Amino acid sequence: MQENLFRINDREYILPGSRACQGCGLSIAYRFILKALRENTIVAIPPSCLCVLHGLYPTTSVIVPAINNSFAATAAAASGIVAALKAQNRPDITVLALCGDGGTYDIGIQSLSGAAERNTDFIFACYDNEAYMNTGTQRSGATPAGAVTTTTPVLTKQDNKKDFIKIMEAHNLPYIATVSPAYPIDLYDKFVKAGRIKGTRYIQIDTPCPPGWGYPSKDTIKIGKLAVETGVFPLLEIEDGKLRFTGRSKTLAEKGKRAPVVHYVERQDRFRKMSIEQLNQFQASVDRRWNDFVRRAGE
Amino acid sequence: MSDVRIITGNEAAALAVTLCEPQVVAAYPITPQTKISELLSEYVERGTLKAEYVRVESEHSALSVLIAASTTGVRTFTATSSNGLLYMHEQLHWAAGSRLPIVMCCVNRGVAAPWSIFNDQQDSMSQRDTGWIQLYCRNNQEIIDTVIQAYRIAEEVYAPVMVCYDGFILSHTMMPVEIPDAAEVQNYLPPYRPHTFLDPERPRTINPVFFPWRRQNADGVLCDGYMEMRRKLQKGLEKARDVIAAASRDYAERFGRDHGGLFWTHRVEDADIILTGMGSIAAEATLAADLLRDEGVRAGVVGIRSYRPFPLELPPVLRNARLIMVFEKCFSYGYEGGVASDLKASLYGTGVEAPVIDVIAGLGGRDVKTADLLGAVREALKSLEAGDRACRTVWLNCREEE
Repeated sequence: MQENLFRINDREYILPGSRACQGCGLSIAYRFILKALRENTIVAIPPSCLCVLHGLYPTTSVIVPAINNSFAATAAAASGIVAALKAQNRPDITVLALCGDGGTYDIGIQSLSGAAERNTDFIFACYDNEAYMNTGTQRSGATPAGAVTTTTPVLTKQDNKKDFIKIMEAHNLPYIATVSPAYPIDLYDKFVKAGRIKGTRYIQIDTPCPPGWGYPSKDTIKIGKLAVETGVFPLLEIEDGKLRFTGRSKTLAEKGKRAPVVHYVERQDRFRKMSIEQLNQFQASVDRRWNDFVRRAGE
Repeated sequence: MSDVRIITGNEAAALAVTLCEPQVVAAYPITPQTKISELLSEYVERGTLKAEYVRVESEHSALSVLIAASTTGVRTFTATSSNGLLYMHEQLHWAAGSRLPIVMCCVNRGVAAPWSIFNDQQDSMSQRDTGWIQLYCRNNQEIIDTVIQAYRIAEEVYAPVMVCYDGFILSHTMMPVEIPDAAEVQNYLPPYRPHTFLDPERPRTINPVFFPWRRQNADGVLCDGYMEMRRKLQKGLEKARDVIAAASRDYAERFGRDHGGLFWTHRVEDADIILTGMGSIAAEATLAADLLRDEGVRAGVVGIRSYRPFPLELPPVLRNARLIMVFEKCFSYGYEGGVASDLKASLYGTGVEAPVIDVIAGLGGRDVKTADLLGAVREALKSLEAGDRACRTVWLNCREEE
């Protein structure tokens, strides 16, 4: 069911004063994720920006139970919680694993793939801020080509971003979705829906990061919207293989027009060294992926 | 009425686990442990073990599953060997630091490189400092009994326990084993009481970042810092000395079998030649001691059952020793065998002055016969009688470079 702003759960699960950076895309997304999943939720997190957001012992800013485990193992930890809850006959609790792109695309891919192959009954959400932000913006498998990071400082990243939606689709999951904190109602709706589905559900969150991407912290929503307007990050969901656009991306697909990616690129300092060739390749890869989604949405 | 079956060490371990009724099991196959995970899968599928079995994609995930499951409030089990244990290394620290009473069987096997599937104890010995209790077994009866004791020890001190036994020598060898009565095991092992868990009724963040100093909580109460938490882990393992001994005594009273607490002895009362070791090589040493006794040599054996916590009660037992022989299947490269190091350290300042000969034996599964142990003792005795009182390391049955 489509929600609107006035019908969103008004309870807050993240207390004021978390340790997230000003303008953190993750903290906006996490606020609405927890509103959607509500209090009967257990969260598995890796050492990451999210672990910092959760706070320093003995205080926390989050009022749902959470376990921090090793970087590679968030999906395995979630599998353990799911198994223990099943053994204790507590089917009412939702298990959420929430990892950055490092904990998803790179070091976490093995445990995620294993848990997904076992169709573990949990939601795995990736807050993709496209680099190792917690350690100071090193390149990851999710960093787009042409971005400056602290481990690609001179030449920019030469390799393309991994297509993680395709990787998760290959696991034949019941539900895959993309969301953005710039569109919180769309995000909320998808997490509510995911909460009602059984099996492994994968949700990718475009997560603008002011210090890592190099834009003023007031512009997180603007950058998030530009990612959608340009088709760099389409909002969609894939249920049992059937793809459909949602929200603003649906409108864009219907109108058949998108803003050029340069509008997105030029507002971020990380792309300051992007060459014309890299920009053209970025546009071409966004076009190719977008057209593929449009074709599939029409099937 | 006793139920005696002729079974392998791995089957003994799997039966013990079933008697302890863990609710979550996760394991990844590796030789020579594999049979435990196969048997437990079968018990779960047949319904004789009512547990969730998570067939994970790696050992790292196996222990991660158990860490989270144990934190969610259930009894857990896994088993591994060799490189599988090494792949868990990060999570071994995490399990101990989280004070989780996880029980794991380590079926001892050499580690790569060179690649080997055969027995030695380098795998578990190299995990010495992870905060796990380590118990070593001599035979298959000891495996079944020690796994049951391990749950009681783990759940009393809130520290994980690794039950170690030699790959192939015990894991794949059949011996008569008395199966403990299920109801009596239930009496011996109280139901699992988790010390902290993930529960929406009482939300908390577990294992968040700690700063070096102590910090106040929201009520202004000064709470532990990292060092206090680590100190408490050590206190837990110190407490484990008494708990291991008591668990062993109580087990002996209920089931009639006493495998020793932190260590066991064989003919040590008047012995002046002491042979020591852990696991099956220590059992082999009892045969060597008996043969030496036949020759008029007053030999005895001290078997180390608990490597961590290390027994502190050995000096009185070794007081009359003229010679101490340590037989061990591991090595700390750049120094000597770990058991010899720890034993020597525990004797410092106690008046035990006997030379300690560290015999490195059986690495990568090289056969160690009673005759080999006898040869090593005779060699050491010859040196001693020639007036050589130096401690040294000997690699047994290992060809030296020309």
